[in-house]
Amino acid sequence: MNPQKTYTVTFLILLLLVVLLFLVNVSLGSVSIPFSDIFNSFFADASQYTNKEYIIQNYRLPKALTAILVGSGLGISGLLMQTLFRNPLAGPFVLGITSGASLGVALVIMGSSVIGGVFTAVLISKWSLVIAASLGSFIVLLTVLIVSSKVRDTMAILIIGLMFGSITSAIVSVLSYFSSAEELQQYIFWGFGSLGDLQWNELAVFASIYAIGLLFSIASIKALNTLLLGENYAKSLGLDIKKSRLIIIIATSLLAGTITAFAGPIAFIGLAIPHITRLVFNTANHKILIPAVFLFGAIIMLICDSIAQLPTSDYTLPINAITSLIGAPVVIWLLIRKRKMVF
Amino acid sequence: MKNNNQNTILKTEDLSIGYRSKKTETSIASGINLTLNKGELIGLVGGNGIGKSTLLRTLTNVQPALKGSVLLHGKTIESYDNLTLAKVLSIVLTETIASKNLSVFELIALGRQPYTNWVGTLTTADANAINAAISQTNLESLKHKKCYELSDGQLQKVMIARALAQDTDLIILDEPTTHLDMYHKAYILKWLKKLVEQTGKTILFSSHEIDLAIQLCDRLIVMKTDSIVCDAPCNLISQGVFNNLFPDDLIVFDTATGSFKVKK
Repeated sequence: MNPQKTYTVTFLILLLLVVLLFLVNVSLGSVSIPFSDIFNSFFADASQYTNKEYIIQNYRLPKALTAILVGSGLGISGLLMQTLFRNPLAGPFVLGITSGASLGVALVIMGSSVIGGVFTAVLISKWSLVIAASLGSFIVLLTVLIVSSKVRDTMAILIIGLMFGSITSAIVSVLSYFSSAEELQQYIFWGFGSLGDLQWNELAVFASIYAIGLLFSIASIKALNTLLLGENYAKSLGLDIKKSRLIIIIATSLLAGTITAFAGPIAFIGLAIPHITRLVFNTANHKILIPAVFLFGAIIMLICDSIAQLPTSDYTLPINAITSLIGAPVVIWLLIRKRKMVF
Repeated sequence: MKNNNQNTILKTEDLSIGYRSKKTETSIASGINLTLNKGELIGLVGGNGIGKSTLLRTLTNVQPALKGSVLLHGKTIESYDNLTLAKVLSIVLTETIASKNLSVFELIALGRQPYTNWVGTLTTADANAINAAISQTNLESLKHKKCYELSDGQLQKVMIARALAQDTDLIILDEPTTHLDMYHKAYILKWLKKLVEQTGKTILFSSHEIDLAIQLCDRLIVMKTDSIVCDAPCNLISQGVFNNLFPDDLIVFDTATGSFKVKK
């Protein structure tokens, strides 16, 4: 069988699933909205929206789009990390990128009580959270990178990533001890993760940074494939290791950083999606994996968000809990079935 | 000397190898003058810890020389950028590849990386080179297997096929026969000999299989603590180079058979 042909079929099925789940996601919620209303809402006059049309255009569409960006972006950044660090356990969360973002956000939300004055001048808007989260994740990733150039052992790098997580939670504990109840609550809610908070203009900024991260990822496809042989072989094949590493790190911190900034720390997706994709597509070629991870990430995130909505009820569960509750058993099941975890 | 300059692929001039830290310089060997010619199979032999790997690392520009120079096609090896070097020199290392989830074909195709575009698209020329490498190594039946399904010997062949696909004048292999049984050791080395005859490439490999190397190589580089000599195996034997290669309390070199014997 021609492998190229089977890939095309699988890709079409996945794409169809994304479209279908996107419509289901927009349609389900505290009020169910039929598919026909979704289409009609695009042609309605914005000043004369009915309630349903308003919900679709200003709440559900941005949320579904955010779900696609978050799922695909975290999946791709996880894939990049796993190949770069030659470790199937790597992911934005394990390497402390998410911790870095959390620390940045904690400093902005709760730091004003402790440090005082410095941050109070800056309004705690979504934008300051976004900038803080991006900076935090970038700094942690850069540190991990510097350490990884000195330490050859990849296990050590993972442990260092976990240590960053511990340091972060320790600093957050200190900060929360001194901060007010409201600030604490704001931070905890950020930690639950949320896909539904974005306005169209915020989504536009999110999507733009995401797009740059995606471009960097696509530009790294050849380097990633070469890195599958290990760094010494990659160098012997003419790869500029330092440059490629930097591009991969920038791509990851742009993707994981902005996603954490806009949607909170979403657990599990970054680690799991690449494995699910590899098991289904049975390839290590990043030319196939990157688009496949994109589609799988979008699908899983749309499913998780639809479940978190608790259809026809007014409650919304924290998305962060759902991603782990739904995703972790899937990975366990896949691994038991295939009995191996290759990357 | 029958070989003129055009036949010279790699040449070292008064080369010193070793490690350099901030304060000290640890020289492992010095005054190395070697010439590798086109279409030769050259073995590098010597005891453990004598500096075979260091020499190979210096010849492949992985680590800098302490003194002297390595000339590849008449240009110093440091003057090559990574990509140009990748088109002249390919390597097979002792370390295992990072991901064994690659198929045999995909792995061999990675040998074409220096020639492909930014996203690694294989052109017809690339496909031809890959298929040629596969047929030269008789790997057609394994083409679609995953690397984790292969035995050590098969994987070693695939790694050599990858180096062939890279289409370089010189291939350097670091201990290609470790982890292989006696049959496969002979198989791989015999087959390297055949590749040299078929393709006209120059192959340099380090090995502990001195007996086999004596039988198969055009020339041997013998590394000893005090000297490095390079000549045809029969000349080396008649010069008695192997006689004191190892301490003589356990094994002795038998000049008649060209192999080592355990002392009774």
